[in-house]
Amino acid sequence: MSRLTVACAVLLLAPLAARAEVRLSGFAQQNTAANTAAANPDGRHYKWLEERAQLKLDATGGAWRLLAKSDLAIDHLGRQDQSELREGYVDYTAGNWDMRVGRQVITWGLGDLVFVNDVFPKDHEALFAGRPLEYLKRGVDAVKLGAYPEFANFELVLSPGFRESRIPDANRFHLYDPMPAVTNRETIKPGQGEVGLRIYRDVAGYDAALYLYRGFQRTPSMRPDSMTAPTKIGVFYPQLSVYGASVSGRAGEGVLSLEAAYYDSREDRSGKDFAVPNSQTRLLAGYQIQPAEDLSLGLQYYAEAMNDYGAYLAAVPAGFPVEKRWSHTVTARLTQFFRHQTLRLSAYASYNAGSGEHFVNPELRYSFTDKMWGAVGANFFGGKPWGQFGQLSRDDNVYLQVRYEF
Amino acid sequence: MKTKFQRRLMREARYAVTKRWRIWMIAGLLPLQALALSGEEVMKKSQAAFLYPGKDFKARVVMKLINKDGQERVRELTMLRKNMGEPGGEQKYFMYFFQPADVKDMTFMTYKYPAKDDDRWMFIPAINMVKRIAAQDKRSSFVGSDFTYEDVSGRDLEDDTHVVEREEKIGNRDCYAVKSTPKGTDTDYGYKLTWVDKANFLPLKEEQYDKKGARYKLFAADEVADIQGIPTVAKRSMKNLQSGHRTEVAYLKTGYNLGIEDNLFSERFLRQPPRKWIE
Repeated sequence: MSRLTVACAVLLLAPLAARAEVRLSGFAQQNTAANTAAANPDGRHYKWLEERAQLKLDATGGAWRLLAKSDLAIDHLGRQDQSELREGYVDYTAGNWDMRVGRQVITWGLGDLVFVNDVFPKDHEALFAGRPLEYLKRGVDAVKLGAYPEFANFELVLSPGFRESRIPDANRFHLYDPMPAVTNRETIKPGQGEVGLRIYRDVAGYDAALYLYRGFQRTPSMRPDSMTAPTKIGVFYPQLSVYGASVSGRAGEGVLSLEAAYYDSREDRSGKDFAVPNSQTRLLAGYQIQPAEDLSLGLQYYAEAMNDYGAYLAAVPAGFPVEKRWSHTVTARLTQFFRHQTLRLSAYASYNAGSGEHFVNPELRYSFTDKMWGAVGANFFGGKPWGQFGQLSRDDNVYLQVRYEF
Repeated sequence: MKTKFQRRLMREARYAVTKRWRIWMIAGLLPLQALALSGEEVMKKSQAAFLYPGKDFKARVVMKLINKDGQERVRELTMLRKNMGEPGGEQKYFMYFFQPADVKDMTFMTYKYPAKDDDRWMFIPAINMVKRIAAQDKRSSFVGSDFTYEDVSGRDLEDDTHVVEREEKIGNRDCYAVKSTPKGTDTDYGYKLTWVDKANFLPLKEEQYDKKGARYKLFAADEVADIQGIPTVAKRSMKNLQSGHRTEVAYLKTGYNLGIEDNLFSERFLRQPPRKWIE
């Protein structure tokens, strides 16, 4: 059956391919991340150990373009079938509008590893397991329509299904679990789709954007069937709408970025349901400068507030950790190039003043040739045992990435 | 009986003769005029000839970065430039990278303003993100080469004082040798000497001296080609005399006045660069 489908697809696409300009490229990669603090919960000593190959097909013919990026990987830590369609879409470009249909990576907002308006799926495990940056984002299966009239630019994203963010695997990372004894867990993914709209334009030399999203939380919430004697935990993705804005432009010697969003937790607007995240306000200010040749410095301040804090406090079950109303995080990224920009040293650090949550990621990357590069780096985590980074404090790792591109 | 075509040819031939006469007359006056050109005027004409010709411009730029042991790395990109006004005025640049492999499909856009910091944006395909980037580092290396951003898209003339030091030949071309000294202290060089071709005002050679007065960078226009009647530096090189590293650049598939639309220089096309412009 699938062979027949492939054969049909080839036959159908053959005339397009005959006229189109087709380019094939890809890479082969080795990626290893070894624990430095403790073994994984499953007893293994590696966070990541795999060989991966990617093939990218890019065909253009007139106003049409087809792009397919497909990965094949061998995982040595017990995961089966690591092949994946990373992206696969068709573009149509007209004069003042365009369309992209298929699996695509969409990134909104201005943050550096801080997400205010970027409501699209991410792979948090990839970030913490020392994988290359591009694996931070997961594609969404969507139709994206762009319209570019004189007064503004519009990007409408319609996704018939829901794709969640990937959180770290509990076999590989020490995740905080308030009810470890309850192993019967049932995940329910939203049956509905989602919609997003970004409107952007230049305002007096600044890049300004508005963002609207109606869909679901990308990371799951958990609800036990009983608080006193739980036997089963339901894992679900609560309804969410996001209304946000951003602006960026030159300020003094550098680039200033400001971003804000209101997270409307539609599943529990009152904030009384402890299993559903409270409605939130998220604020981000970033500043990037280049103090010297081949050196850049990016600083961010990020604040997150619970909008119905009283209701949250009243609803938190006894024995569960209590969060503060406001969370303040500062991040810094330093990037320095050497040897004609073939050697790059970068370091990213995030620190939450209130909770002590921190994450540090130094990396050294060298291009051996124009086709081959390698990177060594480390991920260090710390903070409260139930915090975003604190729960990973035994998951510190050092990693190696080597890639040959063709 | 002469055909219409032959008559036209003769008319054009007569015109060419009178035109040549005019050129001769102008040429006769040239030395006087030439002496009258100040350093500022020479550099202004040079800027117009080197960085502003045509309404717009496209080139496939192949840069070879060569270290002192002869090892090469290649940077290949398509560069599109559009003038937004007169020479010396605002320009927009769009660049699409083909090589090396790890920056393939990356695009880069600059709005260049006279006497003001540029606006720059970069599209990072790995995470599908357009990012505005800081741009005060005009003396920084362009993609790791020996050329700086200013060497590629120009330096504000007002940032230096320019004096015609002497006139001399480079090869068989008569040139002005202009000494440019920065007014501020935020440059890597102490001064530079530029040999500007008297006929077409292209810079044929430039020597940059460090703040101690030692010659440390050497630019050469290695090949000047006639593209649609516009003299164009088709091959150029920059050598760092202190490190021995050099960069050789060839402009291929060049064209002027192609009708590049204003809206190319936008986030939309940074994310989806049109094949017709980048190939």
